[in-house]
Amino acid sequence: MKYLADVVTLSFDAGKCVGCGACTEVCPHGVFAVADKKAFITDKDACMECGACMLNCAPGAITVDKGVGCAAAIINSLIYGGEPSCDCAGGNDTKSCCG
Amino acid sequence: MKLKLIEKPSAENIGKPLQPCSCGSVAGSGRPVIIPKWATGTYETVIGPVLSVSTALSRLDIWEHFKCRTTSYRNSYIVPPGLYAVGSPDTNSDVLVSANYKYSFDCLRSELSGMNAWLLVLDTKGINVWCAAGKGTFGTAELIRRIGSVKLDRVVAHKKVIVPQLGAPGISACQVTKATGFRVLFGPIAATNLRSYIGAGYKASSAMRTMPFTCIDRLVLTPMEINPAMKKYPWFALAVLVFFGLHPSGILFKEAVLGGMPFLLMGLLAVMSGAFLTPLLLPLIPFRSFALKGWITGLAMVAAATFFIPGGRTPDTLLSAVTWLFFPAASSYLALQFTGSTTFTGMTGVNKELRASIPLYMTVCAVTVVLLAFYKINHWSGL
Repeated sequence: MKYLADVVTLSFDAGKCVGCGACTEVCPHGVFAVADKKAFITDKDACMECGACMLNCAPGAITVDKGVGCAAAIINSLIYGGEPSCDCAGGNDTKSCCG
Repeated sequence: MKLKLIEKPSAENIGKPLQPCSCGSVAGSGRPVIIPKWATGTYETVIGPVLSVSTALSRLDIWEHFKCRTTSYRNSYIVPPGLYAVGSPDTNSDVLVSANYKYSFDCLRSELSGMNAWLLVLDTKGINVWCAAGKGTFGTAELIRRIGSVKLDRVVAHKKVIVPQLGAPGISACQVTKATGFRVLFGPIAATNLRSYIGAGYKASSAMRTMPFTCIDRLVLTPMEINPAMKKYPWFALAVLVFFGLHPSGILFKEAVLGGMPFLLMGLLAVMSGAFLTPLLLPLIPFRSFALKGWITGLAMVAAATFFIPGGRTPDTLLSAVTWLFFPAASSYLALQFTGSTTFTGMTGVNKELRASIPLYMTVCAVTVVLLAFYKINHWSGL
C-alpha cells in the first residue's frame, strides 16, 4: 500500500552519506538501501515522513519535513494553531488518540 | 490496571494520596510494595529491589487490551516508568527499552517467556512507542535521563540497549551514545521477532524492519474509527428528525420518523462505509487518496441502499439529490480520518488531501442546506 505519489518531502544528499546504513535500520518502509558504501532511495513514495532516518543520519545527509500523517491532527492544528500532533484533545494534556 | 505501588505510611505522607514511585520500581526505596498482577514479585539488584515481571498475560490483561481497542480506556492505561526484571537477569542480560503504555509493555513482556532480560520503561505519558516517538516523548532526552536514573551502568556490565525500531523517530542513537556511553541497537518492529533478532546476533531481517498493515491490523483499528463517528450520530439523528417532523403547526412525530428513516439509515451506512468498510478494504478500493476511496465506498453504499433496501429510496427528487451528494461526502470525510491510524500516510500527503477536500465538503454541506430548504418550502406549499 502506498500513499499519494510525488508529494513526499524526503531528500537525500549522496555526497554527505558515509554508507553506515543507519537509515536502512530505522526506516519502517524500506525506503533506503545501501550499495557500494552509499545509501540510495529505493522508493520515495513509500516514505511516511516519520523522520527516523533524518534523526539517525549522523552526517546529516537526509532531510525530510517530519510530521504526522493524520487528518484529525492536521485539522486540529489548522483550527487551534501549532504543529500537528497526536493530541486529539488539542491541548497539552496527556489525552491522545494513539493510546 | 491502576498503579498498585504504595508508600509506607510516614509522618510526611499520612493523609496524602498514594503516589507512584517516580522511578516506577522499588529500587533503592526500601519500601514495602503491593505487587501488581502482571508482576511476580521483586528482584534484588545492585540498585535495590525492582519488580519482576510476568511473561504471561492474564485474562484481565486481555480484557483491558480489548477495552483499549474499543474505548478511551487507553488514555489512562499506564505502567510506572523505570527498570523491571524478566526472569533472572544479571549484568550480562539484554536491556529492552519500551513505552509506559501498558499495552506496549504487555506486548513486549508476553514475548519474553524463558528469557532473562531487563526492561527499561520510558515515561511516554501512556502513549505507545511509535506515536510517542513521533511526539518526542519516547525520545533521546528521556532515554538518556532514564538510563541515568536507574543507574543502568551499575546494573549491567555491557554498554548496549535495545530500542524498538519504531522508537527511531524519537531516538537519536548517536546522541544517546555520546551522553551515556550506551550504544542503541534498533530491534525489530514487532516484539514477536525479538527472540530471533537476539538469536541472530542482534540482526533483523528486512521483513522484521518493514511495517505491515494487514487486513486484521486494519480491522482491529476500526472500532476506534466507528466510536467517535457514532458519538456524533445522535446529533445527526436529532437534526434529521426535527427537519422531517417540522411542520407549520409544530413538530409531527409520525412525519419525523417516516420521513427521516431513509436519512437515518443512510447516516448509519455512511459511518459503516467511511469508518469500517474503507479501512477494511483499503488496498482494494481504487485511487490512493483516502478521501476518494471513502467517497467511492460511500457512493456504492448509497447505491446499494437505494436499490436493495426497502425504504432506502426516497421518492422526492430533491431528497434523492441530497442523499447522493451528502452521504458519499460524509463517508469520504470519515475515511480521511483513518489516515491517522495507518502505517504509511505522511503529513504532506494528508495536507494535500485536506486542502483539496475541505472546500468540497463545505460546498456539499452548503448545497445540502439549500436543497433541503427548497424541499421544505415545496413540501409546505403543497400542504
